[in-house]
Amino acid sequence: MNRVVWRRWKSRIMVSLLIASVLVAVAPLILILGTLIIRGAGSINFDFFTRMPAPAGEAGGGVAHAIVGTLLMVGTAGLIGLPLGIGAGVFCSEFPRSKLATTARFVADVMNGTPSIVIGVVAWTLIVARQKHFSGFAGSAALAMIMIPMVLRTTEEMIKLVPHSLREAALALGYPRWRTSLSVMVRTCLPGIVTGSLLAIARVAGETAPLLFTALGSQFMGTNLRQPIAALPLTVFTYATGPYDDWHRIAWATALVLIMVVLCLSLIARLATRQRFHD
Amino acid sequence: MEGRSAGDVIFKIALTGAALSVPTLLGFLVFELWAGSRLAIAKYGLGFVTGTTWDPVAEDFGALPLIFGTLVSASIALAIAVPLSLGVAIYLTEFSPKWLRQPVAFLIELLAAIPSVVYGLWGIFVLVPVLKSTVFPFLRDTLGFLPFFQGPIYGNSMLAAGIILAIMVMPYIMSVSREVLNAVPASQREAAMGLGATRWEAAWTAVVPYARSGIIGAVILGLGRALGETMAVTMLIGNRNEIAASLFAPGYTMAAVIANEFSEATTDMHFAALTYVALVLFAVTVLVNAMARLLIWRVGRGKPSGGQGA
Amino acid sequence: MTEPPARIAAADLTAYYGTFAAVKNATIGFASNEVHALIGPSGCGKSTFLRTMNRMHEVVGGHVTGSVVLDGQDIYGSKVSLTQLRRRVGMVFQKPTPFPTMSIYQNVAAGLKVGERLSRNDRDARVERALQQAGLWEEVKDRLKASAVALSGGQQQRLCIARTIAPQPEVVLLDEPTASLDPMGTQRIEETLFGLKKDFTIIIVTHNMQQAARVSDTTSFFYIGQMIETGPTKQIFTNPADPQTEAYITGRFG
Repeated sequence: MNRVVWRRWKSRIMVSLLIASVLVAVAPLILILGTLIIRGAGSINFDFFTRMPAPAGEAGGGVAHAIVGTLLMVGTAGLIGLPLGIGAGVFCSEFPRSKLATTARFVADVMNGTPSIVIGVVAWTLIVARQKHFSGFAGSAALAMIMIPMVLRTTEEMIKLVPHSLREAALALGYPRWRTSLSVMVRTCLPGIVTGSLLAIARVAGETAPLLFTALGSQFMGTNLRQPIAALPLTVFTYATGPYDDWHRIAWATALVLIMVVLCLSLIARLATRQRFHD
Repeated sequence: MEGRSAGDVIFKIALTGAALSVPTLLGFLVFELWAGSRLAIAKYGLGFVTGTTWDPVAEDFGALPLIFGTLVSASIALAIAVPLSLGVAIYLTEFSPKWLRQPVAFLIELLAAIPSVVYGLWGIFVLVPVLKSTVFPFLRDTLGFLPFFQGPIYGNSMLAAGIILAIMVMPYIMSVSREVLNAVPASQREAAMGLGATRWEAAWTAVVPYARSGIIGAVILGLGRALGETMAVTMLIGNRNEIAASLFAPGYTMAAVIANEFSEATTDMHFAALTYVALVLFAVTVLVNAMARLLIWRVGRGKPSGGQGA
Repeated sequence: MTEPPARIAAADLTAYYGTFAAVKNATIGFASNEVHALIGPSGCGKSTFLRTMNRMHEVVGGHVTGSVVLDGQDIYGSKVSLTQLRRRVGMVFQKPTPFPTMSIYQNVAAGLKVGERLSRNDRDARVERALQQAGLWEEVKDRLKASAVALSGGQQQRLCIARTIAPQPEVVLLDEPTASLDPMGTQRIEETLFGLKKDFTIIIVTHNMQQAARVSDTTSFFYIGQMIETGPTKQIFTNPADPQTEAYITGRFG
């Protein structure tokens, strides 16, 4: 065959393969979300959000305990993790070349790559092993450990997007450094920092591994973080790997609730950033 | 230096405290992992990673099958995810119409937001039945001459775990590759096109080699994710502690054994062995991630991929 | 001819970035209620010199030797509060820098918030007066609560001037304030400067010699870090003492 014609054909074939790879890559998302809706939506009703789980073998019941547990645990993790992460991020942008900033940035990268199950082990040895019992608080601590390095990085990146000229303008007006940082730099990129925080919350809300042997999970409504406590992802795990069809139905419905929470948080976060920084 | 106001002093102290928390956490992490695994380190030393028994009752522990399972499942994941995510990344940066770029990248990145346990659930009830009934028999019939595709077919298997992992790491590899491909100067493309290359040839021979070390970095970053991924793997890999050539056979990973046994462990040695596994897993992921960062960072600084033949 | 006493004066001032001296041994006094222009080719140190007058040079990590005396006090003395100094010596930058999260009113009031305590009425009055002095009041008085970034570039720069003068500094530094503006915007700023000199001592850096000739009373010429010549603007532009000054103003380099 003519060489030029062959090259043109080869180019066409390769581009079609690329398009095929796009289709294959997008398919799992559609399949997963589709199955979740088909298998989960039917079981979601008012009871599902307000009732406790029914005894094994009985139909009905809900996952109110896991919703409460996730809210409490993720909320506590946020209260610990967000101020520390944001504070550390502001430090890194205020003193970018200091030794501490370089170290914190590097360590944050290391921790961001650390498997969450390892964080769970550490939370266990730090808290559960010392207190000699599982607790929701140990779960919160593990989740906070995951949030801090994530939030540090996004906060610093967001502040970096604020023009340096605004910092100079504020300093030239006689603003002290802390005020320049908070009411000009941080204030200007606050939507971005909120976005980063939402993404971190979304990420830890779906975490299961670090809760397995910290919060442990529970079949009962509990609001005491010093006790073992239920969580949505733990419920999905327990019910998915259990033997009853009815449990599987609850696992699907719980997963649908979990994913709606997580996707809503990330969608809000992503759309908010796009508006702010992409035009 | 500047004369400081009280506000500035308080501000700096508060921020320093927050920033110090990060290295402190890592310090705790390393220390607790080491202290927790001391018993096992004393008993097995480095021989831990070559031991093949894992018997909590007899208190005899070796991690080789776990390490094997972790590496094999992660390799399967990369074998599937790398061509796919590179295909998507190359298509989006070099060929796709502009309006399509954001939406497609966005959809694929949404995959990264799905919790691991949901992948596990979907894997158990949707993926594994399909694999078991159609895909695995087909593979055995066509590629059965290879040792990887022989033997009895189990649903929960190394291959099932590898496939779910592939879906999970794809968004990471894709988005980082896309970033490094976007960072390739337009002059590279134009030079190749100017020499009469087709668009595919320009992309494959001029753009991709230029970004090579960054792409390798992206792949290694994906590897780091795959090595430490826990829930979905635990739910699909079959959790059997043995080294088998067949990918249809069940296996076990470091993360999965911790997930399964930690809350049920009773003896100190069992805890120590599990913590030792966590320590090994941590060390491996740190190394892998450091390597990835280094490679990505090099491209970010605008150096073309070094090395031969580029 | 006797020189009027200087409001702010640099003596033997050298400004470094690391070990590089961007300004060498400059000595200039600036009298009250006049507009002073600093001219010279780009990279000659005029902007760096300007930034030593309110110690903004240190923000980018530079340091200085020599002194800058404001009303008899060395601003590089050990007891000087940077924030108070910068309230007395305000600065306007090359590109307009309105705070994007603040309204027009809040922008002008920004510097007042960190200064003396003012009642609401006083603050409103100061904001209005600053906007009037900056020639922006008529254009924005009906939309003080609107976002500052919605203004045009020229309006934004006049807003920044209003923000700088609202705390009533003694000296106003302007670093090429019209460099990013169109001719109309430039003209409005220049008109504004005439009015401002009643109340302030003004030092303006410009790369535009016509602008210096139009707006200033005295001019200093900088070249490669050296202050070559200072004098009444008319004299600098018609009868310069130094051959390098003459070469520059006649357009033979730069």
